[in-house]
Amino acid sequence: MNASTIEASAPSHVLRSQGVSWYEASARQRIDLLLDAGTFKEYIGPEQREHSPHLQVFDLPEQFDDGIAVGRGMLAGAPVFIAAQEGRFMGGAFGEVHGAKLTGLLRAARDLGSIPVLILFDTGGVRLQEANAGELAIAEIMRALIEARTAGVKVIGLIGGRAGCYGGGGLIAGCCSALAVSEQGRISVSGPEVIETNRGVEEFDSKDRALVWRTMGGKHRRLLGGADAFSDDSIDAFRETALALIASTPGFGIEVLKAEQARLASRLDRFGTCGDAVDIWKAEGLSDAQAEAVPAMPAPDFITLANKVQEARHDAR
Amino acid sequence: MENLSYRYSAPRRAGGSKPLALVGVVASGNLEVLVERVLPDTECQLEIKTAAEGFGPVWAAVTSDFVARRAAGGLKLSINDGGARPDTVALRLAQAVRVIEGDEQ
Amino acid sequence: MTLDDILSSLFPRGHDVQNDHGVLTGSGPLQGGGRAAVIGIAGRTPLGVDDAIRLSGRVIDVIERGGKDPILVLLDSDSQRMSKRDELLGLSEFLAHLAKCLIHADMQGHHTVGLLYGHTAAGAFIATAMATRSLVALPGATPAVMDLPSMSKVTKLSIEVLEEKAKSTPVFAPGLDNMAQTGAVLAIWDDKASLAKQLQSLLDQAPGSGDQRGQLGKSRKGRLKAADIAERVHQLATGHV
Repeated sequence: MNASTIEASAPSHVLRSQGVSWYEASARQRIDLLLDAGTFKEYIGPEQREHSPHLQVFDLPEQFDDGIAVGRGMLAGAPVFIAAQEGRFMGGAFGEVHGAKLTGLLRAARDLGSIPVLILFDTGGVRLQEANAGELAIAEIMRALIEARTAGVKVIGLIGGRAGCYGGGGLIAGCCSALAVSEQGRISVSGPEVIETNRGVEEFDSKDRALVWRTMGGKHRRLLGGADAFSDDSIDAFRETALALIASTPGFGIEVLKAEQARLASRLDRFGTCGDAVDIWKAEGLSDAQAEAVPAMPAPDFITLANKVQEARHDAR
Repeated sequence: MENLSYRYSAPRRAGGSKPLALVGVVASGNLEVLVERVLPDTECQLEIKTAAEGFGPVWAAVTSDFVARRAAGGLKLSINDGGARPDTVALRLAQAVRVIEGDEQ
Repeated sequence: MTLDDILSSLFPRGHDVQNDHGVLTGSGPLQGGGRAAVIGIAGRTPLGVDDAIRLSGRVIDVIERGGKDPILVLLDSDSQRMSKRDELLGLSEFLAHLAKCLIHADMQGHHTVGLLYGHTAAGAFIATAMATRSLVALPGATPAVMDLPSMSKVTKLSIEVLEEKAKSTPVFAPGLDNMAQTGAVLAIWDDKASLAKQLQSLLDQAPGSGDQRGQLGKSRKGRLKAADIAERVHQLATGHV
């Protein structure tokens, strides 16, 4: 199916994507408003009814596209492959069919070599009802992603949805050429509740939203270097950021891996004994006042601050 | 899970020429509607899959009301229901027709 | 088999594999000539940032040396380390980096072989065992995405109900047989026979092209949709240039 059949949220007299919240948008709205108007061509769309075969046994409802839309379109006049997870269906989690759609897309990108891939993450990780298939899907996606990057393909992750980018999703994100994240985005392997269960509420109070965001949220990831770019929550801003990342990200190979090894080792050296994100930010040169202001800082000011503190690396990831 | 199916004669054909549309998301309290222009102009069919069993009469009422009020001829509407309330269902059905008619862009 | 037994059976002529608080590094001679590099996690240790970076560093060393030495990943781990510190420091990047190094090494001609001899779960599973080309296991190994009690808490279904449902599908419950049937585990080795021989036999097989796990899961009837869906998307996407 193509873009004009997708529901949209903005009245047509407003510039298509300006001011539309990424967080509030559905996966299909994000695709529709991110790409050039009407250019999205979906592969295995919902009318194919390729839903999960594993949910019926749990009396759970299926979604026709199994929670992910994949296909191809144009971004500022140039072709891109795109995959967008629907975070509100089963928490955007990876199931057998869901994952396979992304695997196939990445393998195609690998074989063509010239078309970048945008992955719009919105996921809690593996779908437990299909846990083994989900875990395998994630492993196959990672393999296909690295094969694509080895073939020269830029794979850009965009993170800012309701479900965040957790678990295996976080690992796939870590394989991307570059990541853009918004305030609402979170990247982590273990979720807040799981850390609390494992280590106790004294170490991590999962109900302390400020703590969760300081530890896993978009601003911390940008300041730490876990994400390459910070974006405002609008689809427009993500579009501009995606274009910038496609143009600037490094390739892939042993030199990039060595640079990444050095980058991560240096991070452990510098921040390995920090107790909280605020300690890391101060160690990076933020004043006490700046560090305190980070959570509430509006996007443009934060982007300026982050660029001063942590220049986006173009040689590692 | 319960599968429900309703076929109605539809007084008016749904406008426009788009072959298909999709609205909604399968989440708690929500539903998705896949609408396809695959039937004769005077017929409307609704296929519903829901985990909430025993609400046949409610679905019958909502769907027959929908077909009476909206020009839905020629349309097959397939629903995956996440436990939506009847008024949410009604809204989505109306939205589905608007999108396939091309009124929403 | 204990870890020492396993290492002796893999390398009957001796080896230099060290176990440093659960982090395995070293190498050993292969039956067919040459050496295999060895990394791994032992003692059911959770995989956190500090150990992940050591393992990825070792893989990079192997890649830098050139040649075609296979890399053996021995595994008896817990899940990823679940702590505030690890997430604060970006555990996802460290685990992804380890996987990237293993995948790149394999693509450069270092056949990566995962040997699961104990436990592993979740993020540790993905970053190590599932990042190898050929994952084999010893009988009694216990791979899991998530243990059933935790799954029970999250899904709000009793363990008994989950166990009942698991009888009809290999797609969600923990266990070696399920991992084999879905295509994650290539083979379960014979722990009464020489592991060196079984390893050499695996290395001598001609490599298939690309990731074979989807096809394996399909042929073993554990994952009937993944291979076909991926191939259909692949065809559609490459046909429309």
